Amino acid sequence: MSIAKPLPHDGATLHVTGAARYTDDIPTPPGTLHIAFGTSPVAAGNITTMNLDAVKNAPGVVHVLTATDLPNDCDVSPSAHDEPLLATGTVHYAGQPLFLVIATSHLAARFAARQARVEIAETSPVLTIEDAFAADARFEDSPRIYQKGDASKGLQSARQTLTGSLFMGGQEHFYLEGQAALALPQEGGDMTVHSSTQHPTEIQHKVAHAIGRPMHAVRVETRRMGGGFGGKESQGNALAVACAVAAQLTGKPCKIRYDRDDDMIITGKRHDFRIDYKVGFEPDGRITALEVTHYTRCGWAQDLSLPVADRAMLHADNAYNLDNIRITSHRLRTNMQSATAFRGFGGPQGMVGIEKIMDHVAQTLKLDPLEVRRRNYYADRMPEDTAPATPEPRPVRNAKGDSASRGAEAARPDQIPTPPEDVQTTPYHQPVTDCIINALTDRLSQMADYAARRAAIAKWNAAQPILKRGIALTPVKFGISFTLTHLNQAGALVHVYQDGSIHLNHGGTEMGQGLFQKVAQVAAARFGVPVEAIKITATDTAKVPNTSATAASSGSDLNGMAVKNACDEIRKRMEELLAEFYQTRDITFADGMVRIGSQEITFAQAATSAYENRVSLSATGFYKTPDIEWDRIAGKGRPFFYFAYGAACTEVVLDTLTGENRILRTDILHDAGTSLNPAIDIGQIEGGFVQGAGWLTTEELVWDDKGVLRTHAPSTYKIPACSDRPDVFNVALWDQPNPAQTIYRSKAVGEPPFMLGISAFSALSDAVAACGPGYGDLQAPATAEAVLAAIGRTRA
Amino acid sequence: MDITFLLNGETVALKGVSPTTTLLDWLREDRHLTGTKEGCNEGDCGACTVMVTDDSGSRALNGCILFLPQVNGTHVTTVEGLAAPDGKLHPAQQAMIDHHGSQCGFCTPGFVVSMATAHLNGATDHDTQLSGNLCRCTGYAPIIRAAEATASQPVPSHLLHLSSTIPGESPPATGAGPHSPVQPGSADALAAWYAQNPDATLIAGATDVGLWVTKQFRPLGPVAFLNRCADLNGVTVTQDALRIGAMTTLTEVETAIAPYHPSFAAMIRRYGSVQVRNAATIGGNIANGSPIGDSPPALIALNARLHLRHGDSRRSIPLEDFFIAYGKQDRAPGEFVEAITVPRQPDSLRCYKLSKRFDQDISAVCGCISLTREGGSITGARIAFGGMAGTPKRAAAAEAALTGQPFTEDSFRAAMTALQRDFEPLSDMRASAAYRMQSAQNMLLRYFHDLSGTATNVLEVTP
Repeated sequence: MSIAKPLPHDGATLHVTGAARYTDDIPTPPGTLHIAFGTSPVAAGNITTMNLDAVKNAPGVVHVLTATDLPNDCDVSPSAHDEPLLATGTVHYAGQPLFLVIATSHLAARFAARQARVEIAETSPVLTIEDAFAADARFEDSPRIYQKGDASKGLQSARQTLTGSLFMGGQEHFYLEGQAALALPQEGGDMTVHSSTQHPTEIQHKVAHAIGRPMHAVRVETRRMGGGFGGKESQGNALAVACAVAAQLTGKPCKIRYDRDDDMIITGKRHDFRIDYKVGFEPDGRITALEVTHYTRCGWAQDLSLPVADRAMLHADNAYNLDNIRITSHRLRTNMQSATAFRGFGGPQGMVGIEKIMDHVAQTLKLDPLEVRRRNYYADRMPEDTAPATPEPRPVRNAKGDSASRGAEAARPDQIPTPPEDVQTTPYHQPVTDCIINALTDRLSQMADYAARRAAIAKWNAAQPILKRGIALTPVKFGISFTLTHLNQAGALVHVYQDGSIHLNHGGTEMGQGLFQKVAQVAAARFGVPVEAIKITATDTAKVPNTSATAASSGSDLNGMAVKNACDEIRKRMEELLAEFYQTRDITFADGMVRIGSQEITFAQAATSAYENRVSLSATGFYKTPDIEWDRIAGKGRPFFYFAYGAACTEVVLDTLTGENRILRTDILHDAGTSLNPAIDIGQIEGGFVQGAGWLTTEELVWDDKGVLRTHAPSTYKIPACSDRPDVFNVALWDQPNPAQTIYRSKAVGEPPFMLGISAFSALSDAVAACGPGYGDLQAPATAEAVLAAIGRTRA
Repeated sequence: MDITFLLNGETVALKGVSPTTTLLDWLREDRHLTGTKEGCNEGDCGACTVMVTDDSGSRALNGCILFLPQVNGTHVTTVEGLAAPDGKLHPAQQAMIDHHGSQCGFCTPGFVVSMATAHLNGATDHDTQLSGNLCRCTGYAPIIRAAEATASQPVPSHLLHLSSTIPGESPPATGAGPHSPVQPGSADALAAWYAQNPDATLIAGATDVGLWVTKQFRPLGPVAFLNRCADLNGVTVTQDALRIGAMTTLTEVETAIAPYHPSFAAMIRRYGSVQVRNAATIGGNIANGSPIGDSPPALIALNARLHLRHGDSRRSIPLEDFFIAYGKQDRAPGEFVEAITVPRQPDSLRCYKLSKRFDQDISAVCGCISLTREGGSITGARIAFGGMAGTPKRAAAAEAALTGQPFTEDSFRAAMTALQRDFEPLSDMRASAAYRMQSAQNMLLRYFHDLSGTATNVLEVTP
């Protein structure tokens, strides 16, 4: 069977030969035009004059469009309809598109876009979290508050308390393939769009609105992206809309790709956060009460910030049972790029908060931080019944926004089922019934030889005047499902041809995560054919409609199940035919053959036979996640179908003279359920860890005091390079089936491993603690400079 | 300009090319060879890596900041040319499949070209060889496993004899009109032309000038490509000095300097990436006058002299005197850097490069310290810093504080205080002023501990 095999990525051979085609590689018809945006150099103000004569006169320029030249506002927001394609008088951030150039070449368009003379009456930009909070510049009328137990009472009666604050920076996606789109006008005003997007339906929706046509007139195709990481969930809208509008105007194909600097200056990034906390605890490290406040810097437009901030709140507990907790979340509006989805979607930020608290408590009590963590873990528990019986969720309706987007508002369900008394619950009252974190931690600390190494490090540090090492083992518990419940649906389209070859299509997009291959393995398994019999095809809104973004780690859970349902429908029809013919119901599909009782025919023969007997060999499949329903305003219910777990143990070394630091070794044990493809899943884990560690160490976004991003290229924004991965890097899968009824009992693996990178930050905190008696209070990202500052605090 | 080169074994003759068309744009847009990718368009991500072979061997270079005239007379191999003519994949390609080294696949062509070039050259220091290729998906572990697996495989025969198949080069273009680009064949020819065209832009490796074009759209005026000036290239060692020609690449400097000043060589290993060091020249790194170039502080600490030439007249000056102020150097119009000489001396140089990321990052501070000692005393001090002022600059007060003092921690602590009189660094996206000063001061202390045998280098700690 094709399931659980470590098959290569579906595009591997095409990747290594350079034959894999990305959006900018698609051959274009002669006469194709190219687009570039002219952007605002200032963060806030009102446009007084926009002199575009030099732009229009630049070589190769065909048209120059400003907001007033557009057919409508051409909104590109995924949520609140607050992002006109081009600025309409007011400028909200440095980098905001003001006009667009249509020219005969990419270079001509980029050159011309620089020739504008724009005068903007500058106003004072709101930039910092503190400024935004003081100005009450926020999304939503008031902060969101989730609570369980009584945190203030708990803090009053706590044996010990601590307060603290952590700033953590955002993160640039740095997908290697920049944003790109190509629009090809069709007969009758229809439009075909190729887009490097995680969300073709959203592109279709925004393009249809912009060109004033129904969605049926727009077809969006995405074969692959050169990386997404959340950065192509909503940020591709502007490019596709610009191309479609330009194509409609000129009647010519139009394409755009952002130059890297433009990409980094224009598009949103991970939200940066400040997290303040007051924690009450026992002398053994058990937390008895916690008040935590999230300040989320959202940038100028709403985008997906509300659900990002929600998910941060939903991960403020990580793997810890907190009886008395109050989480407050402020979603602050600033004059910066509109922060957007990024792997983990707020979860990492919420999780870093509680891990920082664990380290703070441990250092205060002079306990091993891992002991403090263990004492606060949720209890391990496996559900007796895999699927809790709950009534069918009520239909969810959206009164506003874009219902296909994660930024949409959910309706509030009438009632939330009450969890049983004897089960530990999260701060949002979801029972934790699938916890394995204690057993997983035990196994990992053995694999990594944690206790002995911790002792050896203490000894080494005592002998070293300049260099210090640190070690940390941190857990991950990550909730799986879109928190906007109605997005948890997927569709598939499967055709079996008369020669037995199979055409596979579904709503998920391929951004490198290996989704297409994992889902193809599901299809191959259902028909009992080798995976080579399956043709993987580009995501296409004309084949599977109304899809959700490939996001929230949901790709294989949702699409795998939808494909299974489609395949099973076709197989059922084939079985019925064969059962009638052979007069037996004993039919199995395996090894490319169909066995019917004692007879055996090839799958191809079965397909031919079905065709000749006029049996339909094409089916759609549909899936919706069961048993989830919650109230995001009250913070109550079951937002998640299940949790994915993992843990990482990381050792670092730092230099007390400069703060320079690096990772020496990382051991990871991660829960992917019964893996659909262990090679691909391990790839997600290794890559997620390094990306997460990068976020918390070398990746620093710097805006100047006027709100201009200073780190807008790889020369100044430093993602991990080859030598930054751990010298010793051991990754293993916790190979147990998912108790929830997922596709072949696998678990989602896209986002959870990102948060394993927190172990690097925690290990650095541990090494800093070895530098002096005081509390180092390391802030993120832990650049060499931040580490040296923390070392200074330990010695102050 | 007219140029001729081989592309994946096929002769390409181009007439009238714009001198600032990049190889990457030409490959993708004119030749429709889209395997080579644009990731950053500034030589930092390596997605555009190509293999360029000439008489001196095969090198990995960034196609996005490589102008077409720079490949005149070479053999360019792109990702499309790595597989054998019968379609058999290159061992690096096969290993990347077998070890799951690609996820999104966009960086992959650049990686396999870097891997194939390293493999051809027998290089197995994989982290260094791949430091110029960024991957955002894999965390690099499977790519390194693939590189290790490739190392044991033979070089495919079609790549073994690339350099012998270069076509006859088109004659160096000598200015047909007043603004036509030239490619002089010698330093003499360059000197004569540049004296006549003092406003021209000289292009050596183009790792800086490339960005003027791709990012800033700066008009360059008349240009001269120096890659044919063979007599500006190479390192000569005499009893008194190492003479390094201006066109010597950082890769060549690293090899040549290693036996004499290993710490300098170790720093050069972190200068840019393989692709950048294969293109960037020592002359360019000095002549562009950047306050954050990494070779000037080391060369100043080594008391190097700079040799400048204008027409037929030559002069030489201490390197530190070349840097007058930010953006201003002691170089007359039409005058160019011909060479740099480093006097032979006992090695006590330590180079400390501080950046957010170890590999392929621009220094926030680059401190280079060379002391002479007799008995227990410091008899001479040459200390230079990059990133601390508008130019690479000596730390005169710190040098004075150390000279004549015993080699003790107290002496270095006094020099740390004195260093505050030497510099008033700025804050920018790489570091704050306070951090620059504190870490520069601590580099003095590090020198003391380093030479006293204490472990001070996180790169040397093993798990």
